[in-house]
Amino acid sequence: MSETAATTSLVNTRKPSRFMPGWYSVAWGSALLVMLPVLAVFWLALFPTENIWPHLVETILPVYIQTTLLLLAGVGSLSVIIGVGTAWLVTMCHFPGRRLFEWALLLPFAMPAYVIAYLYTDLLEYAGPLQSMLRDLFGWQTSRDYWFPDIRSLGGAIAMLTLVLYPYVYLLARASFLEQSMNIRDASRILGCSPLQSFYRISLPIARPAIAVGLALVSMETLNDFGTVDYFAVKSLSAGIYDAWLNMGNLGAAAQIASLMLVFVVLLISLERIARAQQRQFSGADRFRSLERYSLSPGRRLLATLACSLPVILGFLIPFLVLGSYAVRRLEQLTEPGFIANAVHSFALSAVAALLTVMIAIVLAYSKRLYPHRTSLTLAARLSSLGYALPGAVLAIGVIIPLATFDNSVDAFMQRHFGFGTGLLLSGTPFAIVFAYCVRFLAVSTGSVESSLSKITPNMDMASRSLGLNPLHTLRRVHLPLIRSGLLTAVLVVFVDAMKELPATLILRPFNYDTLATFVYQYASDEKIETSALAAMLIVLVGIVPVILLSRTITATRKG
Amino acid sequence: MNAKHAFLAGLALSTFGGVAQAADEVNIYSYRQEFLIKPLLEAFTAETGIKANVIFSKSGLLERLEHEGANSPADVILTSDVGPLHDAVERELVAPIKSDIIDENVPSQYRSKDDLWVGLTARSRIIYASKDRVESGEIKTYEDLADPKWKDRVCTRSGKHSYNLSLIGSIIEHNGEEQAEQWLSAVKENLARQPQGNDRAQVKAVMEGECDVALGNTYYYGHMITNEEEPEQKDWARSVNIVFPNQEGRGAHMSISGAALAKHAPNKDAAIKLIEFLTSEQAQKMYAEVNFEFPVRPGIEWSPLLKEHMGEFKADDVNLGDVVKHRATASRLVDKVGFDN
Repeated sequence: MSETAATTSLVNTRKPSRFMPGWYSVAWGSALLVMLPVLAVFWLALFPTENIWPHLVETILPVYIQTTLLLLAGVGSLSVIIGVGTAWLVTMCHFPGRRLFEWALLLPFAMPAYVIAYLYTDLLEYAGPLQSMLRDLFGWQTSRDYWFPDIRSLGGAIAMLTLVLYPYVYLLARASFLEQSMNIRDASRILGCSPLQSFYRISLPIARPAIAVGLALVSMETLNDFGTVDYFAVKSLSAGIYDAWLNMGNLGAAAQIASLMLVFVVLLISLERIARAQQRQFSGADRFRSLERYSLSPGRRLLATLACSLPVILGFLIPFLVLGSYAVRRLEQLTEPGFIANAVHSFALSAVAALLTVMIAIVLAYSKRLYPHRTSLTLAARLSSLGYALPGAVLAIGVIIPLATFDNSVDAFMQRHFGFGTGLLLSGTPFAIVFAYCVRFLAVSTGSVESSLSKITPNMDMASRSLGLNPLHTLRRVHLPLIRSGLLTAVLVVFVDAMKELPATLILRPFNYDTLATFVYQYASDEKIETSALAAMLIVLVGIVPVILLSRTITATRKG
Repeated sequence: MNAKHAFLAGLALSTFGGVAQAADEVNIYSYRQEFLIKPLLEAFTAETGIKANVIFSKSGLLERLEHEGANSPADVILTSDVGPLHDAVERELVAPIKSDIIDENVPSQYRSKDDLWVGLTARSRIIYASKDRVESGEIKTYEDLADPKWKDRVCTRSGKHSYNLSLIGSIIEHNGEEQAEQWLSAVKENLARQPQGNDRAQVKAVMEGECDVALGNTYYYGHMITNEEEPEQKDWARSVNIVFPNQEGRGAHMSISGAALAKHAPNKDAAIKLIEFLTSEQAQKMYAEVNFEFPVRPGIEWSPLLKEHMGEFKADDVNLGDVVKHRATASRLVDKVGFDN
């Protein structure tokens, strides 16, 4: 718990004796491996069947860009308002239900976006229960008699995505608020700040890096979403990617749009980093002084409870109850052998992917610590996080290309030298799916691992190293125990995300192989989500356990 | 790959936990939902003893096939429209389906000219017209949809959906690109709302009074009128009349679900057996019963429901290969007139 400045060199790499080629190559190797699918997409972008841009620029591109920017701005700002607002309330204020909301606010995270979109459409569309009730109540006859917001719209898509994505911001903002020094806040109050001013001028700027990481994750999820925007007929860039690929038969052009999107993401993240570069962060040393929460007036207490319950009710309770009402009619599915197999597949894939992803994140984050001046390594680590912003189906193609190339090369080699082939070793196996998950969710775990690691004072490294431990032992015996909670957070978040993953799983899976998510999709894509409600519920239920663990992990970082 | 290699590859594969490739199996990359084809595959296994393995996805399977190359386990590609079949041909991923049985069962307009794909079921893209607000005979053709009298009265799903692209493609084929663009632009002017939802949602919008005529595929009607799980859908269906367009001209636009044979199919014989089975009398009848699609095979007796609600109609007999080749152009026209915006 000491101050950290981004530029502090932890190990002086200029001294050749300290250079560890082993670590360096492992780090580069894993970064490259994870980068392969993204590179494959860049490679595809070199071979369009025809130049699509004159047509796009002339016709639909402005629409795609405008829609995407509005979507990003809407989801981003709403997620920050909800995520930061509720995180501050549950961390800094006393109000009824505070302890419940600490973890309940994370629940919508377990809800897949496409499921919530289907459910809310059923509820809010013309024939749905809400509008039917309103018509009965007011005697309206047709949709021309009254105005009702259209759920299948840009606004609807923003609402759906916000409801399931704000927990990223909440999670990180809360962890950051919990770490903040009480002394600084007290000082600001003594200098005459109201609690609100103290929040704006002290807490918020200190939490900014954490909020920025959360916002980056939200933005990338928004960019890669296709299920929701497609269902709502919202013309975002990912709709454009699918159109070029599937309707115009031009995968190269689709890869070009996707690459452009990635460049945009890199720009966005760099801009934020540059804007923050002048800031120096001092995290307080009094984590063990318990938090003193504000007492609110009764009116405000009520408001606080309301503000925290709304996202939970809309993002979790309502959709969960609707799913439940469908599911109870189909409980017999539970005993079907296929259903259990699907659940096992989902669980195993997600668990393995979560562990692997976090291991890669540790390697990358730790080598950044070992070689802070190797900018190429930092760049590689950044690039390897980009998979998150790609639409899942495009990422799947990016995974297929290197795996199939590897398989076919090994096969050809064996044919030539040993007279028998090995066929496809990795393609079409669960390995391909796990690989895709690692690529996709590395960004999620890197943030958490990096930020925990950066909080450990370099003195620790130096002490450990001077006592004769090599970097690997230092990592194992000093760092890993210290960042345990950060690691757990990363594992859990990736696990929940992987449980929900759909497009890449669909394309990469073996024959006759379903996960809960693909099973749900099969019916949901035919507008029969009721049939698969039980599986959808199970995704959510399995997701809830890590979500609660997650909240406890974070709460445990500080008593009070 | 010769037989010995295939055997060894299979052996190695099963050792390494890859896809088992026994002789009595057939591997399917399917663009159609598994639950829709499952009853047919079960019947196929029951009849031939060949086990059918399936991967379902709505995108990416052709790319997977392409990059897996000669080692791909895939034998058959099943699709829900002609688009992916066309792409598979363009990318040289398929082999001709040589079978006299299939040639005999499926009329030539539903097969590719060089036997590279074959249609298995047909549907028509028709006009659903409000029973209350549209008189019978008031709308007769796709071209009528462009008439200004329908201003703010037309509903459809996204112009980019493959069903609409196929319809636009057929209009390009019949009337030329320029005419097609004018038509599309005029239909856009008549739209009651921004294109959204699926075909079912359009019928619902007619019932709700949001629009008076809508484009949709035939089988959705069957699904709605028989829906016991969501009985309110019966009311949606009852609120509309079915209009088969262009009956005095070229006939109603048809689309297909279909199959192709993978170029490197390891189980080629089983694959052809499967496709033959899917065109058999038994399978063709099942299709109509499960998904309310029309058999492509002539002389199959329709299900009572199809007979009751659809009746005889004149189908456009243009070869679908000539329609699907306009898909990219159709997609550009949709962008150009801003149909979906």
